[in-house]
Amino acid sequence: MDLISFGDNGWGDELFVATLMTIAVAITAMLIGFLFALVFTPLKLSKYKILNLIANFYTTVVRGVPELLVIYLFFFGGSGAIMYVAQIFGYYDYIEINAFLTGAISIGIISGAYSTEVFRGAIQSIDKGQFEACHVLGLKKYIYFFKVIMPQMLRLAIPNLSNVWQITLKDTSLISVTGLVEIMRQSYIAAGSTRDPLFFYSFAALLYLMLTYLSMKFINKLEKNYSRGY
Amino acid sequence: MDLELIITSFPKLLSATVVTLKLLSASLFFGLFLGLFFAILRLNKNKLISGFAYGYSYVFRGTPLLVQIFIIYFGLGQIEYLRTTFLWVILKEPYWCAIIAFSLNTGAYTSEILRSAFETIKPGIIEAGRSLGLNKMFIFTKIQIPIAIKQSLPAYGNEIILMLKGTSLASTVTLLDITGVAKFIISTTFRPIEVFIVAGSIYLFITFLVHNLIKYLEKKYRYQ
Repeated sequence: MDLISFGDNGWGDELFVATLMTIAVAITAMLIGFLFALVFTPLKLSKYKILNLIANFYTTVVRGVPELLVIYLFFFGGSGAIMYVAQIFGYYDYIEINAFLTGAISIGIISGAYSTEVFRGAIQSIDKGQFEACHVLGLKKYIYFFKVIMPQMLRLAIPNLSNVWQITLKDTSLISVTGLVEIMRQSYIAAGSTRDPLFFYSFAALLYLMLTYLSMKFINKLEKNYSRGY
Repeated sequence: MDLELIITSFPKLLSATVVTLKLLSASLFFGLFLGLFFAILRLNKNKLISGFAYGYSYVFRGTPLLVQIFIIYFGLGQIEYLRTTFLWVILKEPYWCAIIAFSLNTGAYTSEILRSAFETIKPGIIEAGRSLGLNKMFIFTKIQIPIAIKQSLPAYGNEIILMLKGTSLASTVTLLDITGVAKFIISTTFRPIEVFIVAGSIYLFITFLVHNLIKYLEKKYRYQ
């Protein structure tokens, strides 16, 4: 138990901070994913074949390629790409993007592909009459989307989004390869310096279990809130 | 874009594909048995037994695969006793550690898929079997399992693809699968995009094959 005590002698405080880091990366990635979904869901539902094709390319490639490979692409290619863009604008110094952003963006792109599919499915399963009713009532596009379609869509999407959240949360463990000190990386460091990998990796597993358990509790509440009336 | 690198890295990555496919098929094979075993335990009326099966699937689905591999590869080696048993022959090899972790992981997901498939079988079908005087084993192997397989094909197809992506984690325990080789080439040439295109296409091609195989099987085994 000394190993996870707080203070200089134990790894408790380090692991606590690392857990917060995991949560922060997961939430950031999820939000970035929503941004991607916001762009690609309309493309998927668009009438134009080319836009469909672009969105399908995104979701198929990202969901068909291992997460680790995507992370390596951004880890090794991220700063290169940004420096290339910066050079166009006449900035020639070395730019290093930090591990947090690299991780959050790469996991966010993955989570975005899953979210896109979830939102597409949810919107498609809303009754057609609802869209038609909005047209008949002459509602403004903005009200029509946020007051009619969105609440119904969220009810259908939340159970599946909770799966996406679980995937995203677990994917954050892969960011440890980039050196960002989250649960997995911290356990790796602790295991290396105490020579007690079994304990620290099991403890990491416990932390992840706790996170998934707590987030499920939270999501169940949300689900109840959005399905009132049903 | 460096076309030459794409051409030279393709054969290297293709030979690494063999490792990926070996890992995938071995873990799916063991995982299917584990999944079936735990699905049957889940349906047991004894609370303790079904609770154990639930705990297994909860733990393995609630923790990242990376943690599971690390516990098995780095963690188990720490137990002095294990080093003296014959198990050490297996556990000192990263290859087998990866397969054990993958099998346990996919086993947990498969058990959930099969459990829900068993639960959706209409009780009338089993009762019909019973009223015909068939014994329990016969009903299970000849009626319940074939129906469950049909039911779970789409979900299992997804699981195969998830597992294919999961095998990339083998590269973290020094195995040279597609991702492992890709990382090696990237870190020596610093050309991530070209390598990503080649490695990604190989993965996508395997995904495409799996997808179509499952589609074909679904059509073949559809209810008449």
